[in-house]
This record gives sequence, structure tokens and C-alpha cells, in this order.
Amino acid sequence: MNLAGIDPILLLASLMVAATPILLAAIGELVVEKAGVLNLGVEGMMIFGAIAGFVVGVETEAPMLGFAAAALAGAVLSMLFGILTQVLLSNQVATGLALTLFGLGLSALLGQGYVGIKAPVTADFDVPLLADIPVLGPILFQHDPILYLSIGVVVATWAVLRYSRIGLILRAVGESHDAAHALGYKVVRIRLAAIAFGGACAGLGGAYISLIRVPQWTEGMTAGAGWIALAIVVFASWKPWRVLLGAYLFGGIAVLQLNLQAAGVKVPVEILSMSPYLITILVLVIMSSDRARAALNAPAALGRVFHASN
Amino acid sequence: MTGTDMLLEIDGLTKAYPGVVANDAVSFQVRRGEVHALLGENGAGKSTLVKMIYGLVRPDAGTMRLADAAHEPSEPRAARAAGVAMVFQHFSLFEALSVAENVALGMESPPPMRTLSARIAEVSEAYGLPLDPDRLVGDLSAGERQRVEIVRCLLQDPKLLIMDEPTSVLTPQEVEILFHTLRKLAAEGTSILYISHKLEEIRVLCDKATILRHGKVVASCDPREKSARQMAEMMVGASFLAPARAKGAKGAPVLEVAGLSLTSANPFGTSLKEVSFSVAAGEVLGIGGVAGNGQDELLAALSGEALVPAGQVSLKGQAMGRLGPVARRRAGLCAAPEERLGHAAAPDMSLTENAALTGITRQRLARNGFIDWSRARGFAEQIIAGFDVRTPGPENAARALSGGNLQKFVIGREVLQKPAALIVNQPTWGVDAAAAAAIRQALLDLAAGGAAVVVISQDLDELLEISDRFAVLNEGRLSAPRPAEGLTMEEIGLMMGGAHGMHEAHMHAV
Repeated sequence: MNLAGIDPILLLASLMVAATPILLAAIGELVVEKAGVLNLGVEGMMIFGAIAGFVVGVETEAPMLGFAAAALAGAVLSMLFGILTQVLLSNQVATGLALTLFGLGLSALLGQGYVGIKAPVTADFDVPLLADIPVLGPILFQHDPILYLSIGVVVATWAVLRYSRIGLILRAVGESHDAAHALGYKVVRIRLAAIAFGGACAGLGGAYISLIRVPQWTEGMTAGAGWIALAIVVFASWKPWRVLLGAYLFGGIAVLQLNLQAAGVKVPVEILSMSPYLITILVLVIMSSDRARAALNAPAALGRVFHASN
Repeated sequence: MTGTDMLLEIDGLTKAYPGVVANDAVSFQVRRGEVHALLGENGAGKSTLVKMIYGLVRPDAGTMRLADAAHEPSEPRAARAAGVAMVFQHFSLFEALSVAENVALGMESPPPMRTLSARIAEVSEAYGLPLDPDRLVGDLSAGERQRVEIVRCLLQDPKLLIMDEPTSVLTPQEVEILFHTLRKLAAEGTSILYISHKLEEIRVLCDKATILRHGKVVASCDPREKSARQMAEMMVGASFLAPARAKGAKGAPVLEVAGLSLTSANPFGTSLKEVSFSVAAGEVLGIGGVAGNGQDELLAALSGEALVPAGQVSLKGQAMGRLGPVARRRAGLCAAPEERLGHAAAPDMSLTENAALTGITRQRLARNGFIDWSRARGFAEQIIAGFDVRTPGPENAARALSGGNLQKFVIGREVLQKPAALIVNQPTWGVDAAAAAAIRQALLDLAAGGAAVVVISQDLDELLEISDRFAVLNEGRLSAPRPAEGLTMEEIGLMMGGAHGMHEAHMHAV
């Protein structure tokens, strides 16, 4: 056992990298759920974004184009879900599950010729001045642009939901679509926009795995990250900052347990492997244990089918 | 009539839905500063008409003019811009949002939140409807929620204010305050289109009434010159019988509730606190109170949907508290909840299946664990015949029935099981006058046959008509039951807690 081999600075820096895919997917799903839609297809949209981003990134050798393509691909796939559930009024749970299976299958097909290829390198962007701070610099300010973007999306989501009129309307639609409709808001359009945003975020998160974190393509490489993102949204009581905390907690423990495995700690590998899932959910469950308060934050119309009666 | 005197002119407005003409060439006018009543039974087309004025529904034919300009709103936003505001029957409010946020959602270009909060406080005080802009709507009483809707409308300086059944959730004192506000608005030149089927209120408040039946204007009158009875007959198009009750001696106590307390399962619900009462054989106990004061919780505790300590509910001395709905039915304690579709009846199942769902125990519709469908069908047919349920047959889905017909079916299903005690919640909510009279008569007949009947309702006139004793649920507590005969509205209002938290404004208003 060699715990001295674990470099805390490197550990914390890679924590943020490990957490970013889940963070992106979760913040997108938070917006979708706040609008009253339950999209269980996060995993499918992530893996579809992962292959779309990887293909475009490899073919153009421009990772940023890959990310743009991934966001677009995620949004397009989410529109399949959007049209089925919002226009054709299909069941959201069943459609979301189908979307996950569809995304996994489609990405495996598209990725046939891309196994074993290395992704183009995404250059890190060192924040001027701040990157040179000892300890904090390498942990926080020497990352790729998408990681900064993910944190920016969390901040923006928080501010928009809390302070802007668009955010208020989004929350209103998620709270009671009938009342929102009676006031003249376009419930279906608002929900479709939220679903597309969620899809784009999930696509970005998926591409982050295939272009930066791993970085290559393997079938089924998201390995349940989409499901963890879904769980984080619920246990974070639909609060953006708690989503950030949940994602980083998960990422942190995931990185730590890999380091512990490498260091040869005398704990069964299975327990180490499951630890990120267990601990993340445990912490967030304890934080949201006041049921009455958590229920207050939950979108009351979540998962309910909206059909204008007149 | 000159155009300048009229605010709203409606001419030949028609709207048809598949299978039904909701509005058939409806024409009427509303003057500036007039309080105009729109009267009619459920399904007469009142709601469709105001939805067209508010831009939620587009007419098939006909024209509307508002303040001498063509009024063709394509969406509520356009109607609001033209000066039309609407207070909805089922509140269009968001429980998890604050008062200020709710108001902002109903405005076109709301000012920043801080300015808006100040405006809400100011306007609500000026009209005697005080409101705290930062409170969550979910924590407000029904009367206060309605104030939020009214203030939201007032902030837009409407020319025409539409109110859809505004008083169904208010105590008599709150109604008085509302009328004071409406009169003040009318005096300032705002026209009010007031939808209701409470005729006495219309006689007190309105200058003019237009009466709709089956989508057509059948009459218009000055409500102050007509009696409530005359207007009711114009609405229904026929005279109908008021329920008759037989005076009989009361028997021994059947249903006894002692110190019943229940924490609500709903975060915005009301918990029951120490509710006690007893109902004798042959007696009807009426329980009034504004919606959301524990009615749903009381029904759940009595029906067995919510379990309580054994001794808190007992039937003929037998403890019922720990028994579920099926066991309570077997013992003779039946219940019919408020929500017809989805609670009292399964919407997509046939009437036969719905009859079997609650009748299976007492009517012996199952043999060796298998449903006896011919008996179940027979039971459904018995209900349909006995309660004049208008439907092609028992194989029809519950959803296909109109509200009044399904309500007759749901009540009839329980009454025919000959329960020792029956609990009903809002038995005639949204039911037309003739069906309501039939349901009330059935409840009275059941009591006359020796059952104990508990009627939970928000319709005070109904409760006074059929109850022997009357009590009020207020914030989860039940007042001591009093003999219903001779109770005045004033006394009932005080039992209901007066005007919730607004005594000061009330004094100011009188």
C-alpha cells in the first residue's frame, strides 16, 4: 500500500475533470425537470453526444467543432423525445427509457469505425495570472474551456431561474401547466425549449468523456453517468448549487477510489467501485431529508402530461 | 344605444365543439361601470363565452366590440392588452411561488420585483384586500388566494373584469368584502362580468343579468326586480321540486368520532386536530367550511384511506380506526369522495366495473375470488335505473358521463349498498340544479331509512336544506354541532372563522 503516491493537487484537479460530464448532464436535466418534464433519456443523449462529438472532432481535428456537434446532436435527439411526449402526448417515463436504449444502440452503430482511434487534444486554457497561484492555480485554473463552461452554465442556470422572467415562467410551467396555460403561456413551446437545452447539455457532457476525459471511443463508455446525473438532480432538490456539489462529490470519490485501488488499499475493489454512487446519494439524501421543504422545491407538474382542454 | 355608453358588445357569437354547440348566436351588451351577471346551469356555455372574450378560445362566428373597437383576441395576452382581466373559477395560481411572483406572471411587462411588491401592498390596501407579497401562495387561505387573483387584475387597470364563480370558496363575511370591492370598482367605471349560479348574490350585487341555457341567451332581466325562484326557473327552463324531508325520531348513535387527529399527507394540506362528533341513526350531520380546511383529510380518515388510532372512529361501538376501506365497507361505513373522476370512479373503466369496485363486498359480487359479472352488471343497472343516470348503458366508461350523471351514479352506488353510515364530500359540486335536488333527496331518504349521514360541503344553502345538525371545519378543527334549524348566515359565517385574518379590513369596508 502506497498512499504517499497520491498527489492531492493532481487528485483535486482530476476531480473536476471527472465530475464535468455528470455536472453538464445534471444541470441540463434540472432545467428540463423544472419545466415539469421528466426525461429519463439522459444516458442515451450523453452517449449520442459522445460519438457525435468524437466523430466530428476526429474528422475535422478540431475538438471545439466536436463539442458544438455534440450539443447539436444531443438537442436533436432530445427533440425526438420532445415531439413524442409534448406533441403526441406519449408517456414520459417509457419514452425516456426508449430514448436511452435508442441512443446506446445508435451510438454503437455509428462508432463502428472509430474504436481505438485517439481523439484530437483539447488545449488547456490557463487563466492568466490566476493559473500561476501555487496550489490553487493547478487545481482550479489550468483546465480546458468546456470545464469552465460547465461551471458557467450552473451559475447562469441559477441566476436565470432565480431572478429572470424567463426563469419565473419556466418554474410556473413546471408548477402548474394548467394555470400557466390559462394565463396564456405556451406550455408546449416552453417545455420543448427546456428539453432541447437539456439535450444539448447532455450531449456536451457525453463528448467531454470521449474527447477529454478518456479520450477515445468505446461502446457504452458513459457507463451510467446519465443515471447518476438524474439521481443527483432529485437528491439535490432541484437546486443548481447542490447539483454542482453532488457532481463534484461523485467525481471526487470516483477519482479517489481509483487512486486507492492503484495504491493497493486492502478494501475489496467492488466496494471501492460502488463507493462514489453510495456516498453521493447518501450525502444528498441526508441534505434533502426534510421532506416538507424538498417537496416545496419539487416541480409539482413533473412528469404529468399536458393537454390543452380548449 | 350609442356606442360610447357600451363597453362590451357581443353579437351572434357562436362556438361549436364536436357533438355540442357551446354557444349559439349569443348576443348581449355590457355598459361601462355595470355589474353584469351571466347566469346559467353547468354546461349552459358561460365558461366558453368568457374564454372567448379572454382570448383562450376562438369563436366560429360572430363579432365582439370592446370600447368601440373590434375585439378579436388571438391569445389572453392580446385580451389583457385590450383591457380585459379575468379571475378564474379554479384558481390560476402557482402554490410554490410567492404572491409577487404569481402577480408578475399575470402581467405583460411587470416592473422589477421590489417595485411590484410595493405596488401590490399599496393596491391591496386601497381596496381592502391586504396581502403580503412575499408569502407563498400555498400557505394562503382560499379567500386570500382569490385576493391575489383580484389584485393581479387590478394592477392592470382593466376596463372589463371577468369573475368566474368567485364566491364559491368564501365565507359570508369574505363575500361581503368582495362585493364592497366590486362596487367600488364599478363606481370607478370598470365593468364587471360576474358569473355565478348563486342567485341571491346576484340579486344583491348586479345591475343586469343575461341568462344562458344550452348555449343560447334565453332571457335578460334586472335581477333586483326578480325573485331568486323566477331566475332559477329561467335558468333551468322548468320548475323543479325542492327536497322534502320527513321528520322522524332519531335513533341511537351510529357513527362516533372521538379526538380524531390526522397529519395531512399533502404539504399544503390541513391536519385534523381533535375532531369529535357523533351521528345518530336517521340523522344528517352537515359539515361546512371553506375548502382546504381539512375536508379531504376528514373524508380520508372516515373512509379508511388514512388509518388512525382504533378508537378514534367507531361504528355502532365497534372500533374502525385501524381498518382499511374494504373492511369498513363490510362493517357498513361507506364513503363517496369529492373528486368524481379518478377518486370516486376510475375514469376509463365501465360503469359495471366501477359499480363492482366498491360494491363487491356488500353486494356479494364475487364468488370464490372471481367477479360475478352478471351480478355486477345487474347492480350497475340498478343504480342507473334508481338514480336516473342518463347513459346508453352500464358498459359505457365513467369518463363519458357528464358531471351530474356521474355524480348521481357515484352517490347511488353507495346509497344502494344500504350503509349504516354514509360520508359524502361535496355531493352536488358542479351538478345542475335538477340532479342536485335528486341527490339531496336520496341522501334524505337514506337517513329516513335509519342510516347516519355525514355531508361535507361548501354549499351552505345545501347544508341548511338537508342537515339536522350543522358544524364547521376551520383549520382542521370542528366546531360543536348545532341544530341547523334557525341558523342564520351571520352565525354560520362566525362559525367559519369570519373573514380569515382580515377583520380590520372588514370593519373598514362596512
